[in-house]
Amino acid sequence: MQGTIELRHRPRLCMGAAIAGKKEGEGPLGKGYDQIIEDDLFGEESWEKAECRFFYTAADTCIRKAGLTHQQVDVMLGGDLLNQITSASMAARELKIPFLGLYGACSTMAESLCIGAMLVDAGHVRTALCAASSHFCSAERQYRFPLEYGNQRTPTAQWTVTGSGASLLSSDERLPTIARCTHVTIGRVTDLGIADANNMGAAMAPAAADTLTRHFADTCRSPADYDLIITGDLGRVGHDILMELMKERGHPLIFERYMDCGLQVFSPEQDVHAGGSGCGCSAIVLNSHILARLKAGELQRVLFMATGALLSTTTCQQGETIPGIAHAIVLEGDASCSGTC
Amino acid sequence: MLWNLLKAFVVGGAICTLGEVLVLKTKLTPARILVGYIVAGVLLSAVGLYAPLAEFAGAGATVPLTGFGHALTNGVKKAVQEIGFMGAFTGGLTATAAGIAAAVFFGALAALLFKPKAK
Amino acid sequence: MFDKNAKPSPQRQRQLDRYKQLVERLSPNSDMGKGLFRAYWVGGAICAFGQFLQEAGKMWLGMNNTAASTFCSTVLVLLTALLTGIGVWDKIGQYAGAGAFVPITGFANAMVSPAIEFRREGLVLGLGAKLFTIAGPVLVWGISTSVVVGIIYAIWPW
Repeated sequence: MQGTIELRHRPRLCMGAAIAGKKEGEGPLGKGYDQIIEDDLFGEESWEKAECRFFYTAADTCIRKAGLTHQQVDVMLGGDLLNQITSASMAARELKIPFLGLYGACSTMAESLCIGAMLVDAGHVRTALCAASSHFCSAERQYRFPLEYGNQRTPTAQWTVTGSGASLLSSDERLPTIARCTHVTIGRVTDLGIADANNMGAAMAPAAADTLTRHFADTCRSPADYDLIITGDLGRVGHDILMELMKERGHPLIFERYMDCGLQVFSPEQDVHAGGSGCGCSAIVLNSHILARLKAGELQRVLFMATGALLSTTTCQQGETIPGIAHAIVLEGDASCSGTC
Repeated sequence: MLWNLLKAFVVGGAICTLGEVLVLKTKLTPARILVGYIVAGVLLSAVGLYAPLAEFAGAGATVPLTGFGHALTNGVKKAVQEIGFMGAFTGGLTATAAGIAAAVFFGALAALLFKPKAK
Repeated sequence: MFDKNAKPSPQRQRQLDRYKQLVERLSPNSDMGKGLFRAYWVGGAICAFGQFLQEAGKMWLGMNNTAASTFCSTVLVLLTALLTGIGVWDKIGQYAGAGAFVPITGFANAMVSPAIEFRREGLVLGLGAKLFTIAGPVLVWGISTSVVVGIIYAIWPW
């Protein structure tokens, strides 16, 4: 085995919360979010403060929905896309929950769930909160151009999602159970030489293929064992490449049972080119749409895998290629558990 | 006057379209293309190729960034003729001062008046 | 990777080449014809409008050639600053590409947009310093090249 860890106590995912921006609210999954914030500034003075408030609101909503107080959460794991993950840290300053900041670029939601699930499974903590956020405006100004700059987006470019999602994991049996975490597969940094920062899907797809292949080998499973395989933000291009790569590797994905959050979060009419991206993309889709379907019993077993492009503007300007990473976690509906174990 | 407008449209459009070809066919970023355009304007003007184009197309040749380069070279040459060697350092900015000062001033003004808007 | 002279193994190189081909096959290309058409008509229209400003300055405002061309660039810069400020220019830029950024309007937008965006980091290090982040290189290389041309011209006038 390399990288796949079986969680023997099958820690529960008790609650999820998703806070989304206006454009996301107008998207196909708009109805499922806990709150849609019409004002991109969220009443704050800057995009960074707005993103921090998104993070805080998602975390706070998730804790309150589970009927807990901030003091009852033992640890919070999370991050965002900004330099020094300030959105997450500043939100943690207000939440006052012991905090481990994570940077996994757009894979942060899966990374935090993997670590949180392992901590709860091992019994080190009772309750862990996992969260991630991104904001279109703060990401644009850091990674690309000022908002009012008249640049042309290429067809492979993706649109950073404004939003934040949080999930609560706990071993406390009094809490509701939406799903159980059964396996995590930790990603390897994979780089097949893509240097075009406007084609993140192509940069991240090899990492996704690597994690999936190892996961299937380690668990002796195949794509057919999952009701749904969910990638984070590969977008149109990355989605098609991953289908192709998995075919080559002998584990062809089943088209109807594979979805990419980046392709679901916006509709094609919203002019987002290859789809959505950012930590918030997989975070809000998982914590609204996917958890709702798991809860309703429509899905029994899913593999949630968020992908990240580990680049910075500095490495990009120095001509480095873009390393990708993908972390995966298996979630099983609670109903399936009572029947089988 | 209509004939002049038409010439400006045809030539200016062609210069811009060449830029779009570079955008679509190469991995050059707009910033690199603009640097390339201004340097090309300076050099084409220095070897005397740009002046006839500017003569023919008017604003069609002077409004694109290559025209900015052309103005730099013209200014430098004129200043060298007037004050000698040191003109190499004064001429370019003197000739283009209006465009640069306007962009700086209106940029600062706009930043005080407007807020960035989400898309 | 830290050995600068090391080449990727033939196997790795094959993998990289194959992946590059796959990405090229599956990545959509920009619509060339549409892009060029848009750049042409918007760029041409901006230049024609500039020509109109020059002629108008000469005809009705009694300007000489130099004043008219200064008038033309100043008005274009002012209009771009205004359109950038009210959030319209980024849409024109997305539509027209080089048609919007090659004329002096693009230069103005490149100065105005970071000034607006980074105003929140303060008047000095935000607005003041970031004003030149995108347009700075254009000035650096344009002015430097012209100085070289001037020096050569001072030594061997042609």
